[in-house]
Amino acid sequence: MGFDRSDDAAVYRLTDDLAIVQTLDFFPPMLDDPYIFGQVAAANSLSDVYAMGAVPKTALNIVCFPEKMDINVLSQVLQGGSEKVMEAGAVLAGGHSIDDVDVKYGLSVTGIIDPHKIYTNVGCEPGDVLILTKPLGVGIVCTADRVGEASPEAMEQAIKSMTTLNKYAAEVVRSFPVHACTDVTGFGFLGHLHEMLGGQSRAVIYSSQIPHISEALQYAEEFLITGAAQRNRNFLEDHVEIESQVPFGIEELLFDPQTSGGLLVSVPKEVGEQVLAELEKLGMPCGIVGEVIGRGEKEIIVK
Amino acid sequence: MKKTVDATGLACPLPVIETKKALKEMSEGQLEVVVDNIVSLQNLEKMAKQMGLAYSLETVHDSKHIIHIAVGEISSKEEPNCEAVSGNTVVVLSSETMGSGDAELGRVLMKSFIYALTELDRLPDKVLLYNSGVKLSVNGSDSLEDLQKLEGQGVEILNCGTCLDFFDLTDQLATGSITNMYEIVQSQMEAGTIIQP
Repeated sequence: MGFDRSDDAAVYRLTDDLAIVQTLDFFPPMLDDPYIFGQVAAANSLSDVYAMGAVPKTALNIVCFPEKMDINVLSQVLQGGSEKVMEAGAVLAGGHSIDDVDVKYGLSVTGIIDPHKIYTNVGCEPGDVLILTKPLGVGIVCTADRVGEASPEAMEQAIKSMTTLNKYAAEVVRSFPVHACTDVTGFGFLGHLHEMLGGQSRAVIYSSQIPHISEALQYAEEFLITGAAQRNRNFLEDHVEIESQVPFGIEELLFDPQTSGGLLVSVPKEVGEQVLAELEKLGMPCGIVGEVIGRGEKEIIVK
Repeated sequence: MKKTVDATGLACPLPVIETKKALKEMSEGQLEVVVDNIVSLQNLEKMAKQMGLAYSLETVHDSKHIIHIAVGEISSKEEPNCEAVSGNTVVVLSSETMGSGDAELGRVLMKSFIYALTELDRLPDKVLLYNSGVKLSVNGSDSLEDLQKLEGQGVEILNCGTCLDFFDLTDQLATGSITNMYEIVQSQMEAGTIIQP
């Protein structure tokens, strides 16, 4: 695919109608429960494959674990990870572990795809609608949880979102014409949208339509905000115009880094409502969050 | 009163949380917060800005940044004033009831308070609704008609978005617009008179 664009995974064409897609992702725990952390890390690693429109086939564990720590913790992490790989219909084929001062876990996943059907994360066209398949706010909720401020309900919603495979949303969008697709992770919603617009298109985002964990908004208004969100904000400053009536909390949610976030999909307006109706059946908060528009000044306008 | 919070070595959101704690304990004076990276400083700046506080930023060197916050008397009681005061008159409804004691009585009092507002010769400029106050502006509220009447006569009705969201009432909002903490603070800072029943 080349390196000039920011695709979600590496693609290698084997034959005319078969290519492999490879990804690798690992990170330190964002929550206490090792089993859930394993699930989240695996769902997150698999996500890049789904964002390309591919089907995961094999996965390899990447593990950093302190020698002195209770080995049962590691087995729970790996248990969570392996269950998600199985749910994805892929095979966990091995892995590598090293001694380290902190725990880190993730996977390298290989998937297959017909090279003619790859979703790139550029290619939005004016008139497309933008659909987000998971709620925003998991970063803020995990941050609030770390300082003991998150409610059990908010944490439950965040965990449900982070452990849900993007497989199901990917299966829904597969039957529609997809102009561009990516998954929302560390650069936050606006960061990944910026990549998707690729300097070619512009978008208007409706702040009132953003699916989100409602407590996350409250935590943001209480300034339980992250350094990473501010770094995203700094990076995107020149590309984004946020209208003054947009509540501060929503602004923070839009910059908030997501772990195992949803897919952001650009589809023709005519099929937007239909795609959304199908996605809603999956039971995850989702929404049509904006539109791709024609030429103008700022790349992204948040209304 | 002058106070310093040393938040070096702390990752976000801890510097912000420590600063909030310190602000709570101060009624006035200077608060200085020291952080070791520019991103923490920017997060503190966002908070100060949202809270409507005066502040200045200082970078000592690469890993030492300071925000100086001037803590004023934000929610001080207004002096009773017989003259028509300059500036806006802002009514703050922070609860669906008026006064404390009996909730049922409080509801009756609030209804008649809002009705009385509609009868004033000089209407307030703004009505701010937050916490359970937002329940007054949604479908089914006894005061909805009176608030709509005020809105029709040019009174700005501002409802706290976080609160509507909290009570899951955002789609039930029937009068006024949705606002945020910045505007809630700003409106009160700029007000000539604040009326809080």
